[in-house]
Amino acid sequence: MSDRGVLGELTVQFALLSLMAFGGIIAVIPEMHKAVVDSHHWMSSKTFVTLFALAQAAPGPNVIVVALIGWNVAGGTGALVSMLAVSTPPFLITYVAARGVDRVKGQDWYRLVERGIAPVTVGLVLSSGLLLGGVAAVSWQAIAITALTAVAALRWKGSPLIALGLAAVAGLAGLV
Amino acid sequence: MTVQDLPEGRKVSPASLFMAFAGISLIGFGGVLPWVRWMLVEKRGWMTDEELVNALSVSQILPGGNVMNIAVFVGTRFGGFTGAAAALTGLVLLPSVIVIGIGVIAETFAQQPAVQGLFRAVSAAAAGLIIAMGLRMSWRFRVDPRALTAMLATVIAMAVLKLPLIVILATILPASLAAVVLGRRA
Repeated sequence: MSDRGVLGELTVQFALLSLMAFGGIIAVIPEMHKAVVDSHHWMSSKTFVTLFALAQAAPGPNVIVVALIGWNVAGGTGALVSMLAVSTPPFLITYVAARGVDRVKGQDWYRLVERGIAPVTVGLVLSSGLLLGGVAAVSWQAIAITALTAVAALRWKGSPLIALGLAAVAGLAGLV
Repeated sequence: MTVQDLPEGRKVSPASLFMAFAGISLIGFGGVLPWVRWMLVEKRGWMTDEELVNALSVSQILPGGNVMNIAVFVGTRFGGFTGAAAALTGLVLLPSVIVIGIGVIAETFAQQPAVQGLFRAVSAAAAGLIIAMGLRMSWRFRVDPRALTAMLATVIAMAVLKLPLIVILATILPASLAAVVLGRRA
């Protein structure tokens, strides 16, 4: 397939994903996996999950996983095109909302909408965790790391970098 | 709750908006939101806590990354279209470059067995972090059967049945919204 074809498909995929991202980027990770791995065969499931992990280990908002995927598929141009695609639709919608916010002042429908959306968002985040955990579960050691990290993150409020760093050391040492 | 305006008349230059959100993005590992508050409310004093909650509540019901939407919302209120673009660019530009740099390094050493072990371990840990995030977010639903039902239906539809997301957004989401509205009237 030509480069232009890939860039066009990255644009369409990430623009569509951005419009479905109620509750943020983590909520569309399973759908992104479907598009990137199952539909387009741009990378393996393992590569997808590794890229996700690298993005979590880097500073910045979760959306930068899209830059990494775009780069992996089509280099620097792929990264740029993918980030523009995932940013532009929400940018325009939020821009319009921010301009129009005067007109809804004093109404409590936001709160109601948020209460309706939140359970779906959380269900999607849990689905993301299950998907990522399933792909990462290549050995009992890997499953143990997933479980330990989840428990540690629930019990302690420390930086997620600590968990990722400890896991990295264990991985480098050949324990996983 | 009412959504109040961010005050008109207070203007911030696009360069300041870019710098503020670039700063937020570079200190925010695995969750940028607490740093948004620190930067906008405490360090720069651009807005009050209440104004930030209002910006956040709008950002959360719109599609897109939450922090991205906050950047656009705050950028728009303080600097119009240019301000919004500057804030969003500030938020994503440097982290995107950094993460690709990490990707290049990772790819260079990807064939080494130790690095493959590192990938496996970090992937497993990242999954654990997201599972914990979902569980923590679900905690507030424990006494809310309506919310629990919608959440579990979403998990089954997405993780078990692997339905397309658009199907979930077209069925479970409106049902959940309707249940909230009806529950309020009852």
